[in-house]
Amino acid sequence: MTATLPAPGLPHTVPMERSIPSGGPAPRRMRAPWGDRVFSILAHAAAWLTLSLLVGILVSLFIGASPAIREYGLSFLWRSEWDPVGEKFGGLVMIYGTLVTSAIALIIAVPVSFGIALFLTELSPQWLKRPLGVAVELLAAVPSIVYGMWGLLVFGPILSTWVQLPLQGLFKGVPVLGSLFAGPPVGIGLMSAGIILAIMIIPYIASVMRDVFEVTPPMLKESAYGLGSTTWEVVWNIVLPYTKAGVVGGVMLGLGRALGETMAVTFVIGNMNQLNSISLFEAANSITSALANEFAEAGEGLHQASLIYLGLILFFITFVVLALSKLLLAQMRKGEGSRS
Amino acid sequence: MLTSFARYSVAFTLGATCAAAMAQDVTGAGATFPAPLYAKWADAYNKATSAKVNYQSVGSGAGIKQIKSKTVDFGASDMPLKDDELAKDGLLQFPTVIGGVVPVVNIKGVAPGQLKLTGQVLGDIYLGKITKWNDAAIAALNAGVALPDAEISVVRRADGSGTTFIFTNYLSKVNADWKAKVGDGTAVNWPTGAGGKGNEGVAAYVQRLPNSIGYLEYAYVKQNKLTYTQLKNRDGHYVSPSDSAFKAAAAGADWNKTFFQVTTEQPGKDAWPISNPTYILMHKVQGKPEQAAASLKFFDWAFSNGDKLADDLDYVPLPDSVKALVRKQFAEIKDGAGKPVRN
Repeated sequence: MTATLPAPGLPHTVPMERSIPSGGPAPRRMRAPWGDRVFSILAHAAAWLTLSLLVGILVSLFIGASPAIREYGLSFLWRSEWDPVGEKFGGLVMIYGTLVTSAIALIIAVPVSFGIALFLTELSPQWLKRPLGVAVELLAAVPSIVYGMWGLLVFGPILSTWVQLPLQGLFKGVPVLGSLFAGPPVGIGLMSAGIILAIMIIPYIASVMRDVFEVTPPMLKESAYGLGSTTWEVVWNIVLPYTKAGVVGGVMLGLGRALGETMAVTFVIGNMNQLNSISLFEAANSITSALANEFAEAGEGLHQASLIYLGLILFFITFVVLALSKLLLAQMRKGEGSRS
Repeated sequence: MLTSFARYSVAFTLGATCAAAMAQDVTGAGATFPAPLYAKWADAYNKATSAKVNYQSVGSGAGIKQIKSKTVDFGASDMPLKDDELAKDGLLQFPTVIGGVVPVVNIKGVAPGQLKLTGQVLGDIYLGKITKWNDAAIAALNAGVALPDAEISVVRRADGSGTTFIFTNYLSKVNADWKAKVGDGTAVNWPTGAGGKGNEGVAAYVQRLPNSIGYLEYAYVKQNKLTYTQLKNRDGHYVSPSDSAFKAAAAGADWNKTFFQVTTEQPGKDAWPISNPTYILMHKVQGKPEQAAASLKFFDWAFSNGDKLADDLDYVPLPDSVKALVRKQFAEIKDGAGKPVRN
């Protein structure tokens, strides 16, 4: 309410004056000559503060990780050993876990979110649109630790008895596929973590997709319908190409969240620092989970430095993901130019 | 309206008094395992003497860091520091209460205390050498117990913890292979198994996974009525975990020379083999002697009056002989002039 009232102290005759064509522009008021400068300094400071915080975090990560960087250099990336007692560290298991769980999450979440957005914008009856849209967005409001507990206590057993065991039976003896589903059926591991992550990022991707689908000009869609296109053809050939920048942005938002999610992953991934099978159902570890679990009790020295090094790597991975998405978008725009 | 205003003003005055008393507040930080007890002690101590003790449970590693950098008056750690490490930083350590670690299992048809294990077998399970419950090594210890032909789901802590230190220290003492391959520490390179976060996490995993085995602080086992196992102690007796079994282990250790004691696998007919005290760390030479005196006063009070509270929370108080030794050591904490802060 208060926002619509004119701010006290401001003469609201100004717009009136400006609309009268009385020759030259209205005389410039200099009520407080320093006002502009203060505002400009504040705005600059806000921008630079964020940037300097980013640089500060990066620098402190580098300093914290420097003992591990000196000890292992880049070989940290492909060493799979994690032995706090013997002070030997390597990040491969956690990096692998982070990338695989995020990949599983995207593989599941992108098609599902696309389906949700398509249904909400094109197929859903009017009365269902709002409740369903709100329900999907509410998924984002569930605290991640609740997802973790649910994943461990409810979803894990379902996954092991109804998915892993049948898959194991089906692919028994098949060379690669068989080992993908090997391991004790406990419902804890990469697959559980990936699926939980998928559920967590679906609301983000779906709501972005829905929003951008909605801004597609009706004229384009109606024209396509007029030419006899099916709903699928309209979405695939008209809506998606028109909104691809937004869709890629939504997917990247989801991926960023999947890479950084900690609590829910810790509950269901099994926190196992060994890489001795390629099974998707084997307990594993992720960077965030290792940090959350080990940081408080890590002794000074190489253990702590290695954990900070892992944090730096996660920083780098998210940075690369962001950069790649920007690159992808730029590439798309270039493609658009050449086609038309 | 008036009464609520009166209440506010009282609260405000109280707040102001507290702020004035801040100078004497004692601050400690460290291990999470004894945190509920320290909080309870601090609360009761505050009621009895109106002095305040703040304890932040940030983890043993962080606690050691904070006391080394002197940001707190005392640090707390589940893992005792070696004497030379203490000397390097001019620190002194003393135990406060004993914590016991207990293996728990979830096997259909096996009652609490029914399953018997030895350290060797427990180590082999955690090494992944024994993978089935009906393995000959387990069956030999448990004649008459129906053990399933099922894979053992090994559960352990994912986070660094004092519980893990006590457990792995025990396994290192009783299983040569464990000592060679894994060793002991607050976090180790586990050869197998899934990791739960905190005691709650391990308890949830064990309750959820059929045919699993895990290890927990005794309080969790008792409160959640989990299926504990018996263990063979150093004297060759099978014992069940209990307060007296933990106390027997602490009494068996030789505290006279040093407080660096890990009381796992101690002699004694009734001693439970996996238990260890949790420790307090303080600087020997104090820049703020009155703070140190206040800290020592708190622990002295707790040793005299805190046993009941410890029992209520399923911690095990130290035997009186050990308490006497700790009190004797208080005299070693001195101010800059070399005068004991507590007299």
